[in-house]
Parts: sequence; structure tokens; C-alpha cells
Amino acid sequence: MSVTSENAAAGNAANGKNIVLHAADVIKNFGGLRALSDIDLQIEEGKTHAIIGPNGAGKSTLLNVIIGRIAPTSGAVVFDGTVLTGKAPHEINQLGISRVFQTPEIFADLSVLHNVMAPAFARRDGSFRLNMFRTTAREAAIREEAESLLNDFGMWDRRDDHSGALSRGDKRRLELCMCLIQHPRLLLLDEPTAGMSRHDTNTTIELLKKIKLRGMTKVIIEHDMHVVFSLADKISVLAQGRIIASGLPQDIKEDPRVQEAYLGGAAE
Amino acid sequence: MFHLSRKDQIKLAIFALVVVTMPIWLAPLGAAYPGLMQKFAIYAIFAIGFNILFGLTGYLSFGHAAFLGVGSYTAVWSFKLLTMDIVPALIFSTLLAGVFALVIGFFSLRRTGIYFSILTLAFAQMCYSLAYSVLTPITNGETGLLLARNDPRVIDEALGAGTVGGAGLPTPALLGNTVSGYFGFYICAALLILAFFISQKIFASPFGLALRGIKSNQTRMIYTGFNIRPYMLAAFVISGMFAGLAGGLLSVTDPIAGAERMRWTESGNIVLMTILGGVGTLIGPVIGAWVIEYFENIFSAINKNMLNAAFDFLPDGVQNLAVTVLSKFVGEGWHLTLGLLFVLIVVFLPGGLVEGYLKLVARFRRGRGTKPEAGGK
Ligand SMILES: Nc1ncnc2c1ncn2[C@@H]1O[C@H](COP(=O)(O)OP(=O)(O)OP(=O)(O)O)[C@@H](O)[C@H]1O
Ligand SMILES: [Mg+2]
Repeated sequence: MSVTSENAAAGNAANGKNIVLHAADVIKNFGGLRALSDIDLQIEEGKTHAIIGPNGAGKSTLLNVIIGRIAPTSGAVVFDGTVLTGKAPHEINQLGISRVFQTPEIFADLSVLHNVMAPAFARRDGSFRLNMFRTTAREAAIREEAESLLNDFGMWDRRDDHSGALSRGDKRRLELCMCLIQHPRLLLLDEPTAGMSRHDTNTTIELLKKIKLRGMTKVIIEHDMHVVFSLADKISVLAQGRIIASGLPQDIKEDPRVQEAYLGGAAE
Repeated sequence: MFHLSRKDQIKLAIFALVVVTMPIWLAPLGAAYPGLMQKFAIYAIFAIGFNILFGLTGYLSFGHAAFLGVGSYTAVWSFKLLTMDIVPALIFSTLLAGVFALVIGFFSLRRTGIYFSILTLAFAQMCYSLAYSVLTPITNGETGLLLARNDPRVIDEALGAGTVGGAGLPTPALLGNTVSGYFGFYICAALLILAFFISQKIFASPFGLALRGIKSNQTRMIYTGFNIRPYMLAAFVISGMFAGLAGGLLSVTDPIAGAERMRWTESGNIVLMTILGGVGTLIGPVIGAWVIEYFENIFSAINKNMLNAAFDFLPDGVQNLAVTVLSKFVGEGWHLTLGLLFVLIVVFLPGGLVEGYLKLVARFRRGRGTKPEAGGK
């Protein structure tokens, strides 16, 4: 928690770092349970920021606050100068934030290809467009991009399958494609490799690294330390709703508080 | 704008052929008279529109009869006030039903699932009550809205067009040609083919994809940047307009509009048609509409004498037994048969008759040793 200064809230920190997302003093209570307390999190542009912590720490809840799924009890989230708190979820997405959920949220009744094309329409046409006389199959640009993404993720030959029939790991990769085709400025990943084989996990890490090259900012929640340490530029540790440590990967690895709260105890 | 995939072109061509040749293939079934065929076409339009809402988005409206009723009244008023020509009548029916759908949809779509259904039902029942009593000056209440010789018909008057129909009541016309009998049927048929085409376009469009997304996973839709509300409202209004067109056509083929068209039984009927044929498929709702209209009009006309004649070849005792049992299911009892059919389909073929057909095709192909394909649709 060393470098974070109070007045970085405006977005651009004095030391030249460009803060794209800032969650400021976020508190979330579920009845008597304080799921998030005094969260102050800054995400730097172009970096991969991992959030780790034991089960029930509040990691998913934090993402839910960012994407407008739940309203914080107090505090605010600012994305690139825009206050997200109070905005509708589709507006937040339109600003350039996409999320992969912990339990895959895909269109189980649609084909794999249509799953990937639909988000591209939302991206291109905005949150509503009455384009009932156009033909989905003839949207060549979107179709090609969707197919090439599916190809990158090794799912191209499954493009006409019913996505509900995919394995859990494939659903996750599909959901990742659905987010990537939106070219989000900020990609939120809630345990993107859970349920994947070691091989698929490694492929996914490679692909996420490529995205990093393209300069997409990412927040990744992971239990798999192999994934975390291969990807993260910065790590924040969440325990019982508080950020107990935040810093570079090697510092986090050595931090005794972290080892006590998480790394030491959790043999996962 | 008019582009269709190869597959859809073929479907449209076959569909058009089937509709246009109705007088031929319905003859052996005893249903090839214009009045009934008009109804086949009109209810198919209603069902196609209903399916755009229910089939694509999964939102079950129990109040679509309201739009059918609005369409009927509007067409008759257009005949009374403006002209006996059916073009303005149908345009106004469609548009006004759209306006009603906009208002009813705006409120009903604030809820989902069963609450949405109940809200649409409540609105439709309100429309029915209003039409039946409070709005009597507009709807002529229980008697129904009728044409009269001395209606103003300002456009006809201004054009000096003599009232088509001579001495009796005026009759609806298209560019001076009286709409009745086969001509009436072919007008309905042409509009049915157009409705089918529009439905094909919507199914294949990004808009249709978004509607399916809403049915499939609303959470994903929202967090993917779609604003669900206007999509739902658009689907609701479009399907209301189809219902308005169908209502207008009912008045075109028989210019009386009554409140009973807004009853909840009519709303229920369209739900049954769609489910029976196959929700969410292009052709299913049309087939459902035809089957139910057939039952209602032909099956219900079968009586004991006809059964006796049919089972004449059996020994007396057996004949009596067969006729006694079967007579419970025909004539007045057609509802019973339809109910049984409906139960069987929902239990064994949740995808409706279309699913049954696809299963048959798949089994047939497998039987012949060829690779089973994932259904024709
Ligand atoms: N909608 C909700 N209503 C009530 N309590 C909730 C809700 N969402 C989360 N919680 C509670 O808040 C706490 C934090 O949950 P959260 O899902 O954010 O944990 P997590 O860090 O993502 O855990 P995991 O690693 O298991 O995914 C948990 O105790 C959970 O039970
Ligand atoms: Mg979680």
C-alpha cells in the first residue's frame, strides 16, 4: 500500500502514471456483513493488475461494484474521469469495460459464432439499434473478426455448435472471446482459467499476454498462483473485504502478512 | 434490405406456394372455402407477429387480443369516416395497434416473467371492458361496430366515388374492386407471405440476434452493453402491429368489429397456436394457427350422423360404441380433442409440431443409414 497517495483520485497521478480506474473509499455491506471496507484501488493504464485473496474475501463483489451490478454502500468508482457509480450496467460497458464472470455468462441457446458476434454489434451499434432489415450473416467485418478470435482460442471448428453444450473450460474461453471482440479499454477477468486443463490454462495465459502487448488494461482475479505470477504487473491482496497489501509481484510474495492471510494458508 | 439467405429464399418460395395453393390442398380436407381460408391466413399473420415477441425474446404476452381488437375497430372506423378502400384501413389498423402496444408495452415491460404476462392480461381485460361498456360511443358496445349507409366516408365523398356495393351496405374494396370471396383470400394470402418474409428478415438480423440474446441470457446482454428495454419495446410494438394488421383484415373480410375479439380467450388462443406449432421457429406458429382454426371450424362441425356413416362397416354394437365414444370428441367436444392434443404435444414435443417433424425426419434418415443431421431448421 506504499505508493498510493490520497490525491491521485483525479485520475492522473503526479508521477506520470496514468490511472484508468480508481475505486475510492468503497464500502459494501450485505445486511450485517461488510463485504468491502474502505477499498482504495487504482488501476494503471496498460497494466495487468491481479487481485488475490481467500474465498469470500470480496473479490467478485469488488468487480460487481465496478460494472454496476451492485451499488456500493458508500464510495465511488471513477473510470477515466467518468464516475461509474449510479450508471446503468450497459452504459458502463459502452464506456469500454467488459467482464468475464466467475460462472460463465454466455448465450447458451445460441451458436458459438453468434455468441461472439452479438457483443460486437453492441460495440459497433451502441446500446440499441433497430437494424431489423440487415442480415447478421452478411456483416462480413464482424463475422471475420469473430472467426479469427475463435481461431486464436482453438474453437473455430466449433463455431456452429450450440454453446450450451461446451465444456466449462470452453465456455470460459468463449466468454473471453465475447469480451475481447469488444476491444474494451478495461478487461475484468474473474477466475478466467478455473475449470480449464493445464494445457488450456497455458494457452489462455499466452493469449492474455498477447492482449497485454496490445495495451489493454486488465484486472484479473485468480487463485492459481502460476497464472497470477505469469501475468501480473501488480498485485493487490484482499482479505475479509480489505486490501491488506498492494505492490509488485515479488514484494507481495515476500510480504509476511500476505503469506499469513493467503499464500501460506491456502494450499490451492 | 431484401436480401435473404439461400435457405430462406427456398423456405419463402415453398411457403408462398403452399399459401397460394390452399384452395387446392384444403379441398380434400373440406376446408377450401374462402371465408375459412381468409381466417387461416389472418390468424397465421397474428401468430407470426406473436412469435416475434414470444419466440425470440421469451416474453409471454397474455394480452395480444387487445391489439387484434384495436385493429378491427380502427379498420371499421376508417371505412365509416374515410373510405371503403382497404389500404388506409389496414395502414391505420397497424399503426394504431402499434401506438397501443407502445403504451401497454412501456408499462408491462417494467416487469418480467409471470408479472409481465399478468400485466399484459390486465391491460387487455381493461381494453375489453372499455370496449364493451364505457367506450360504447366508439365501439357500439355489445352490438359491435357496424357500417351504415349514411356514414360520412369523406374521401369517397370527395372523390365522388359511388359507394361500392350498390343498394345494400357498402362493401370494402381495393382500388374499386369489391373485396370478397377468393379476392379477399388472396389479399390476406399476399399479406401473410409478406408477414412471413418480414419475420424471416427479423430472425436473420442483428436485431433478431439481440432479441434471442435477451431470451438466452439477460445478464450477459446487459453487461455486454445492450440496453434491453428499447429492444423489448420494439419487439412488443412490432408484434402488436402484426396483431393490428390481422385485426384490420378481420374487418376487411367481414366489416363488423366487436369487443369479443379482445377477450382473454383470444389472447390464450394465440398462445396455444404458437406453442402447438413450435415457439421460436419460423413456420411453427403458422402451422399452429392452421391446426387450431381447422379444429374450430371443421372438426366442430362433425356430428353423430356423419360418424354413423363413417363407421357403417362395423357390426352394430361396435358401431354404436365407437360413435358414442368418438362423438364426445367431435362437434361440441372439439375443445376436448384440442386440449388432449395440446397436452400431448407439450408433454412429448415441447418444441411443438415442428420439433415432431424434425424428429421424424431425423429418425427416417437414421433408419436409412445416413448420417443424422442436426435438423433442417
Ligand atoms: N449478493 C450478495 N448478497 C449477500 N451477500 C453476498 C452477495 N454477494 C457476495 N456476498 C458475500 O460477500 C462476501 C464476499 O463474496 P465474494 O463473492 O465477493 O467473494 P470472492 O472473494 O469472490 O470469493 P471466491 O473466491 O469464493 O469467489 C461473501 O461472504 C459472500 O457470501
Ligand atoms: Mg468470486
